[in-house]
Amino acid sequence: MSAGTTSSGQGPLVEIEHLTKHFSVKQGVFARGKGVVHAVEDVSLTVNRGETLGIVGESGCGKTTTARLLVRLIDPTSGTIRFDGQDITNLSRARMRPLRRQMQIIFQDPYSSLNPRKSVGQIVGEPFAIHRTETDVKSRVQELLARVGLNPEHYNRFPHEFSGGQRQRVGIARALALQPKLIVCDEPVSALDVSVQAQILNLLKDLQREFDLTYVFISHDLSVIRQVSDRIAVMYLGRVAEIGESERLYEHPRHPYTAALLSAVPRAETNGVGSGRHRIVLGGDVPSPVDPPAACVFHPRCPRFRPGLCDVETPILRRFDGDHEAACHLPVERWPMSEEELRRPSAGVEQV
Amino acid sequence: MSSSDTLLDVRDLSVRFRTRDGVVQAVSNLSFTLRRGETLGVVGESGSGKSVTSLAIMGLLNRTFADITGEILFEGTDLLKLSPSELRKVRGKDVSMIFQDPFACLHPMYRVGAQIAEAVRAHANVSHSAAWVRAVELLDAVGIPNAKTRARDYPHQFSGGMRQRAMIAMALVHNPAVLIADEPTTALDVTVQAQIIELIDKVKRDFNVGVILITHDLGVVAETASHVLVMYGGRAMEYGPSREIFHAAQHPYAWGLLESMPRVDRKLDVLIPIEGSPPSLLNPPSGCPFHPRCKYRVESCDSTTPHLQTMPDGHDDSCVLSAERKREVWRDRIVKEIDAR
Repeated sequence: MSAGTTSSGQGPLVEIEHLTKHFSVKQGVFARGKGVVHAVEDVSLTVNRGETLGIVGESGCGKTTTARLLVRLIDPTSGTIRFDGQDITNLSRARMRPLRRQMQIIFQDPYSSLNPRKSVGQIVGEPFAIHRTETDVKSRVQELLARVGLNPEHYNRFPHEFSGGQRQRVGIARALALQPKLIVCDEPVSALDVSVQAQILNLLKDLQREFDLTYVFISHDLSVIRQVSDRIAVMYLGRVAEIGESERLYEHPRHPYTAALLSAVPRAETNGVGSGRHRIVLGGDVPSPVDPPAACVFHPRCPRFRPGLCDVETPILRRFDGDHEAACHLPVERWPMSEEELRRPSAGVEQV
Repeated sequence: MSSSDTLLDVRDLSVRFRTRDGVVQAVSNLSFTLRRGETLGVVGESGSGKSVTSLAIMGLLNRTFADITGEILFEGTDLLKLSPSELRKVRGKDVSMIFQDPFACLHPMYRVGAQIAEAVRAHANVSHSAAWVRAVELLDAVGIPNAKTRARDYPHQFSGGMRQRAMIAMALVHNPAVLIADEPTTALDVTVQAQIIELIDKVKRDFNVGVILITHDLGVVAETASHVLVMYGGRAMEYGPSREIFHAAQHPYAWGLLESMPRVDRKLDVLIPIEGSPPSLLNPPSGCPFHPRCKYRVESCDSTTPHLQTMPDGHDDSCVLSAERKREVWRDRIVKEIDAR
């Protein structure tokens, strides 16, 4: 496929519909019983061209699995994935290959995601070798190194000679090599020192503008997600709890889980104003995805839990203002709110 | 300050490791104090020397490879001068520690209750059953539901948050005076992190301990610490009451951290990063370790070794800029930048 045929330029870049991924696990002493991990359950979302979609959630919420599904690193149990207008759910390996150039990943750990026995030049040049697209690989690689803020002279150095932040830049250069349309950033700054994180976040932002990139940005860090995302999906136990335009979602979270997450982040205030903030501490832990709770998966921890409703009827995503959607029977009416207020949802189920 | 509640008085502590590649100067001339009922937040990046400091206090550094100089006075006794057997009586009893990864710290093949009971018997001559009762009591105190039955669980049956609770229970076995928490919430999810932060605060009040909280998360420190020690390249950069540090930071490194941090309460127009990367301790920069990355450096920065000094009407920092200049930069630049964005 030549580079020109795919730039339809219309509609969302990625659309996933009712995507589900189950992993089977062995249980019991002799591995007789077979359990199923509900890693991703009926997730539908779109990624628009040129935007950053943030996916946020705690460990085990399915954010990484969702990202891997949408670039077809793993195959879904059911559901469909459309990339650039084309249904890629069941494409063969060979048919996927030309598309892979257009989707790249930046990984969390810059130590384990670079081969220690290859020089930086080989690492960044490898995509060209695989896809045989470039004749003058060296100068192209050096160009890329310079673009991500590394010294092009360091072409022959090995990963261990670089700091964590520099290694992450190597990973970024490699992802950029084939001029992809979509880059999945899987916790790209979580392993970096605080003082280096901002450098990488700024670099990603500059590159997005320059190369017209679309990002799916995965993080558990709510401050980072707010800073980088245009839209955000909050995931809990394999499902999308809330999705919407970033600022709207932070200013007025509708799902009690989002509300609790936002209130739980410790903050460094410099202005001395207490800001009248209430911390909502959720009890317990995230339940096992092998045996998720019935109906609304959040109900055992939810401060608004209503017996006979939340544990019986599965909430579907409902639209609020704009494209802001949340899957909750008793959405948060206003924000901020104290834990006490949050516990008392207004009498009826709010109708849209 | 009443010296009677001073639990820990660290004076001029330096730690050097001899390695194949040369001498690593992990901690240099560090001094601080900790009192009862106080939480000292130690903030720094990887390689800043914060964990090595805590290991030195716990007596967990191998003295064959680590040269430790200075004094670590615990209630007047220099821990560095104690013999291994004397130290063993203090460690885990008067000074105890919880670590970042609670799973790595629990034996996978023993019941959680048994491991805590073992800690009880390490310093007290009590029967197995009495130790077990104490273990259950502590698990209950740190908020494990059904402590009596859960004590019979193995670590893999506990969630991450519960394991960290169990580690805290184990640290509290002998009512320690000092509790060192090394990145206690880093491995945990946000909602569980909030639970553990509240628990450590509760423990501090209920058991009247002094807490040293080591973290790279300024938010955690701002919410829990009464005092803050900012470390960089093995040295103290800034030290003082938490309120003062967050409302009138004096050191360019602290300014840089505050400017570069994304915030959860609003989206910033720009993040202002600290350029460069943290120094190698094998081959540290001369003078102030932060000077190669510092926007405010002056000529003497690469030759003057920094020491904490108290600023008039302020707290301690180790930067050579004048007090007026620091106040001016903070007021006219940093605060405005942070507010304007």
